[in-house]
This record gives sequence, structure tokens and C-alpha cells, in this order.
Amino acid sequence: MDFTLSDDQRMILELVDEVCEKEFAPKADEISESGEFPSQNVKKLAELDLFGITVPREYGGLGMGYLTWTLIAEKISKACATTGLIFGANLLCTYPLGKYGTEEQKRKFLPPLASGQSLGAFALTEPEAGSDAGNVQTTARKEDGHFVLSGTKIFITNGEVADIYVVIANIDKKSGARGLTAFMVEKGTQGFSFGQHFSKMGLTALPNVELIFNDCRIPDSNLLFKERRGFKVAMRTFAAGRIGVGIGALGVAEAAFEKARVYSRERVQFGRTISSFQAVQHMLADMATKIEAARYLLYRAAWYLDRGEAFEKLASMGKLYASEAAMEITTKAVQVFGGYGYTKDYPVERYMREAKLFEIIEGTSEIQRGIIASLVLKEK
Amino acid sequence: MDIVVCIKQVPDTEELPHIRVNPETNTLVRESVKGIINPFDENAIEEALRLREAKGGRVTVVSMGPPQAKEALRKALAMGADQAILISDSSFAGSDTLATSYTLAMGIRKIGKFDLLLLGKQAIDGDTAQVGPGLAEWLSIPQITYARKIEVNGNQIRAERTLEDAFEMVEVTLPCLATVTKEINIPRYPSLKGLLSAKRKEVLVWGADDLSLDRKRIGLEGSPTQVIKIFTPQPPPKGEILTGEIPEVADRLIEKLRERKIL
Ligand SMILES: Cc1cc2nc3c(=O)[nH]c(=O)nc-3n(C[C@H](O)[C@H](O)[C@H](O)COP(=O)(O)OP(=O)(O)OC[C@H]3O[C@@H](n4cnc5c(N)ncnc54)[C@H](O)[C@@H]3O)c2cc1C
Ligand SMILES: Cc1cc2nc3c(=O)[nH]c(=O)nc-3n(C[C@H](O)[C@H](O)[C@H](O)COP(=O)(O)OP(=O)(O)OC[C@H]3O[C@@H](n4cnc5c(N)ncnc54)[C@H](O)[C@@H]3O)c2cc1C
Repeated sequence: MDFTLSDDQRMILELVDEVCEKEFAPKADEISESGEFPSQNVKKLAELDLFGITVPREYGGLGMGYLTWTLIAEKISKACATTGLIFGANLLCTYPLGKYGTEEQKRKFLPPLASGQSLGAFALTEPEAGSDAGNVQTTARKEDGHFVLSGTKIFITNGEVADIYVVIANIDKKSGARGLTAFMVEKGTQGFSFGQHFSKMGLTALPNVELIFNDCRIPDSNLLFKERRGFKVAMRTFAAGRIGVGIGALGVAEAAFEKARVYSRERVQFGRTISSFQAVQHMLADMATKIEAARYLLYRAAWYLDRGEAFEKLASMGKLYASEAAMEITTKAVQVFGGYGYTKDYPVERYMREAKLFEIIEGTSEIQRGIIASLVLKEK
Repeated sequence: MDIVVCIKQVPDTEELPHIRVNPETNTLVRESVKGIINPFDENAIEEALRLREAKGGRVTVVSMGPPQAKEALRKALAMGADQAILISDSSFAGSDTLATSYTLAMGIRKIGKFDLLLLGKQAIDGDTAQVGPGLAEWLSIPQITYARKIEVNGNQIRAERTLEDAFEMVEVTLPCLATVTKEINIPRYPSLKGLLSAKRKEVLVWGADDLSLDRKRIGLEGSPTQVIKIFTPQPPPKGEILTGEIPEVADRLIEKLRERKIL
């Protein structure tokens, strides 16, 4: 295994570091307080070509692979988790398009997604279909060269700010999950509108919105992959997306650890810095160790994905481990800050609220354990 | 509209604490100090790119300096400049602002026709703000210094110059030279595509033999300025904090002030 960075990767990461430090990190508190969509950050990501990292060159991207994407997403998430999640949700659109899209679909949708002119989203979750992803109730009825979608999606990241959506619907409810089919839907299509905004404990500036399909007619050519293969499209997309969710969690954990580490060397109690107390040192040691462990699980998953090897188990492990580590690390960071950590004068309470999300989305921790167990039990 | 931008590579100010002066040669110890594009020159590049986006044409960046100044030129290419030229030769070493502006002027003559020459208002290390005016004189073109806004209409340029507590509006016929302040724009970051393609673009390097110059006007010989001494200022002595009971501290304070003949 070799993670040696190429000159190109190093150059890109240096630029990303500069942008994160100068543009994203200083605004993260403000974004979270105001709850306003960080459109300036998204514009910066677009101007830098970052949305096109994994998109092949012939479709306007940089064709650089998922390990590079992961290293970039780690930095963005450390600076601003909201921006990291917006960046990640876009991948949930470019990934299945690249993998399952027809030549015509790729030519139509990938260039604007790669340039950041359009933002992507992925919509599966419904009131009755969360962990039980196969239980999607939204239907797609065939009608003279069209599909007609009806139903409601909830919690969809990038909600109404996105332009291009991958939507999972059922063409044959009797068949259950075997009827699921994936479609490309564009904003502005008749019968497609937005409902409720969900008010959340953290990541308040991340748009999470209800999508409403009311006899929404889309052409046959917007069918993604094959009929009845939507569950597979969704599961494959989530498998790759989990690397993104894991790295988002890791970014938050890194930010919290860094704040705690610096604070511990400044805060004096009993006439000494609190970093001189072994109990505090042990917290920092555990935090640092878990961060490294999570990092290599996720890097390795991304590296396998780039090499075309089975990466699903590693991605689930990385997502599970990083999100639980992030919850623990952010909680400990608040502990290191003591009473100040519980106040809004320091960002560590925000990190704690942000970290919680990662144990839930794209398969809860319980679901990840189920996936990992079934994969290890299948091994010879 | 063809624009030439002069950029200087300067030490990163974030690394200022690590910058030392060699007391024997009176020069900066530049090794191992990270170089950046002089910040005002980034504004000049940005302005050139915006003008090109609006009016078409080419943007050429030029720097005079040691071989590592290529890095600064590459960043300018990554931001979107079309061509980059490094003017570099050991015989240029020790140039003052007169020799620097002369050498740059000869380089710019070699580039040929241009409509506008853009520079930063000053370099954050040398800080003289003399290269721009010097260059305009060598090239016999009009100059606008401290421009905070530039508009081009046909062959006329209208600029706002920042003065101490006012601004001045001037109109000049092209070709001309302008030096810009940081108010003029916010420089863009290079895009990744720009960054990767800049790596493949060539930076032209011109030495003394490539330019038609008067050898007496370059390098040390062409530099009438003599640096007598450069030194790192001594940090001011640390303040002293007196602690204890107030009446006793007050006595000690008076004593100390007397010692130093302040009282
Ligand atoms: C901020 C945010 C952003 C989101 N973005 C998107 C998006 O962009 N697109 C999208 O499609 N969805 C999105 N979601 C939805 C998200 O993926 C789901 O919330 C998640 O999959 C969990 O589903 P649920 O909320 O219905 O929980 P439930 O499935 O109701 O789970 C409730 C609890 O039961 C447990 N549980 C359920 N089933 C089992 C089981 N079989 N074994 C053991 N335990 C079980 C769960 O682990 C959990 O603890 C988002 C959600 C949030 C909050
Ligand atoms: C340690 C040290 C010793 C020095 N010794 C002397 C000395 O002995 N005598 C003396 O006169 N000067 C001396 N200088 C100044 C040095 O010669 C100047 O750096 C150089 O001439 C440019 O002047 P400036 O830095 O003041 O630039 P300014 O005139 O402040 O720069 C204005 C603009 O001119 C352009 N520009 C400046 N330099 C270049 C360049 N090399 N290539 C392309 N564009 C450029 C940039 O657009 C810049 O924004 C010294 C500087 C240092 C740091």
C-alpha cells in the first residue's frame, strides 16, 4: 500500500489548504449561527474546479480519482463541515452518473456538475423508507415514452439549491425493492417542487428539504441504468458515499482535536497548564490515535475504489469508525474546554452537534455493523 | 488588448520571523524562505486578467530575479496568464531600483508591442515604489501610480489614484503604465485546471545576452545606490512586572524611575 502523494496532488492540496484557511474556516461559526446557505463557499469550490475532481476529463472534470477527492474533502470538512457535506452530496450525483449513466446522460449532466455550474443531490429517504431503503413508496408510472413520478422524499441534502437529482422510485410496488429504479430529474421539471425545510440541531446552513413529485413527467432518456436496478444503484452509490461521510466526520474530529490540543496548553489551573495533567493527556492521546486510525481506513477504502478492488467493507468500516470516533472526540474536546466548551464562545460545542449527524446518514451505525457483519461472514 | 504585468517574488510575510540579514554582505538570507508573489502584484495580475476577459488580448507576466522566481511566474500562469518570462542572469545581481527598472524595460522592449503595463504599487520587501515610475521613464510612456480603479475605453484609460485623503481621476492615452493598490480587486485563486496546465507551460528565461542592454547600466555597476548597513533591529527589552503589596510596589517603582532618570 502506497499513499505517496504525486506532485499534482501536493500542489492541489496546498491550494486547498490556503482556501480552507483563508476562506472557509473563518466563516464556519458565522454560517452555523446564521443558518444561511454558504453560497460564497460553493462558488469558491466551483471556481477552483473542485467539483470536477473525480469526473473524467472528457466530461469536463480532472479525472483524478477518489483518494484525491478524499484528501480534499478532509480539509474542507475540517475547515467547515457544512461545506464538506455540500461537496459530498454532489458526489452522490456524479458517482452513479459516471458508473451507470448512458453516454448521452454523461455528456448532458457531468460537465455542469464538474464545473459547479450545477449542484447535485441524491434522493432516496422517505418517511417510510430510512434504514429500510427498499421500502420506497414514491412511484414511477410508465406513460408514452415518459415516466411519471409521484411521492415525497425527505431530508434531502442540497435540497432546493441543487439542479440535478438522482431519484429512487418504484416502477412496480408489488415487487418491493425489486421494483426500485433510479432516475435523473432536473430542477424546474413540471410537477417537481420543494416542501418543508427541516430544522436541525447542527449544520443549520446545510439545506435538507422535502422533495415533492406530483405527476412529474420525465423522459425515458432520464432513466438511470436499468429498470428494476435502482436498489443496486442506490447501494453502490452509498458504498462510495460512505467514504465521503466518514471523511466529513474525520474533518470535524480533527478540528475539535486541534482546538482541544491548543487550549490544553494555554489553560492554567492549579498553577499549571491543564495539558500537564495525565488525565487530559490521555484524552488527547486517544483522540489523536483514533483520528489516525479513521484516516487510514478511509484512505484505504478510497484507494481500493480507485484501483477497482472491492472497497465496500472498508468504506462501511471507515464510515462507522470515523463517525463514532468523531462523536467521542468532539465530546472529549468539550470536556477539555470545561465550562467554556459548553458555551457558544468556543466552536467545540458546535463540533459536537455536527458530529452526531455522521452516525446517522447514509446508513446508521447499526446498519453499518449489519453490512460489515454480513460481508465478513460471507468471506471464505 | 495586450497587457504586460511585472511581478516580484518576495519572502512570505508569514515567515518574517525567520528572515535574517547577512551582516557581512548586507543582503537578505533568502535560502529556505518561502517565496510568494508580491501581494500588490497579484492585484495587478487580477486586473490584467479581468481586462483581458472584457477586451480580449494577451497577458504576459515578467519577473526579474533568481531562477526560483519561476515559481511566482507559474502561479501567475495558473491564475490564467498566457505567457511568462523570467529575466535572470548572475550579472543582474545587486541591482538597485534604477538598474532593476532599466533591465525590466529592456526585457519589455524585447516583448514588443503592448497596450498596458501593470505593476503593484510597491514591493513588500524593498518597499520603494520606484520600479514602476522608473520603468515608465525608461520606456517613455505615461504613468499612473496608486491606481485603485481602472477603466479602458478605446485607446483611453481612466483611473482613480489613491491620494492621502482624496482620490484623483486621471485620463491617459495608451500605451501607458499603471501601478495598482489592493483596493482595485480581490485576486482570484488559481483553478486546479489552471494549476495543472501551468505545470506544462514553459517559462521563457532571458539572460543578459538575450537583451540589448548597456552593460554599464545593469547589476552592481548600474546601481548608484549603496547600502551602507542592513541590520535586524534589536527587539525592545521586555517590560518588567512588579508584584507585591501596593505601597511597597509603588516605592520600588519610584526607585526604578529615578534610576533611569525619568523622575
Ligand atoms: C442532515 C441529514 C441529511 C440527509 N441527507 C440525505 C440525502 O441527501 N439523501 C437521502 O436519501 N437521505 C438523506 N438523509 C436521510 C438519512 O440517510 C436517514 O435519516 C438515515 O438513513 C436513517 O433513516 P431514518 O431517519 O428513517 O431512521 P430509522 O431507519 O427510522 O432508524 C431509527 C433507529 O433504528 C435503528 N434501526 C433501523 N433499522 C434497524 C435494523 N434493521 N437493525 C438495527 N437497527 C435499526 C437505526 O439504526 C436508528 O438507530 C439525511 C438525513 C439527515 C438527518
Ligand atoms: C535586502 C535588500 C537589499 C537591497 N539593496 C538595495 C540597494 O542597495 N539599492 C537599491 O536601490 N535597492 C536595494 N534593494 C531594493 C531592490 O533592489 C529592490 O528590491 C528592487 O530594485 C525593486 O525595488 P522594490 O523592491 O522597492 O520594488 P518597488 O519599486 O516597491 O516595486 C513596485 C513594483 O515593481 C515591480 N517590480 C519590482 N521589482 C521587480 C522585479 N524584480 N521584477 C519584476 N517586477 C518588479 C512589481 O510590480 C512591484 O509591485 C534591496 C532590497 C532588499 C530586500
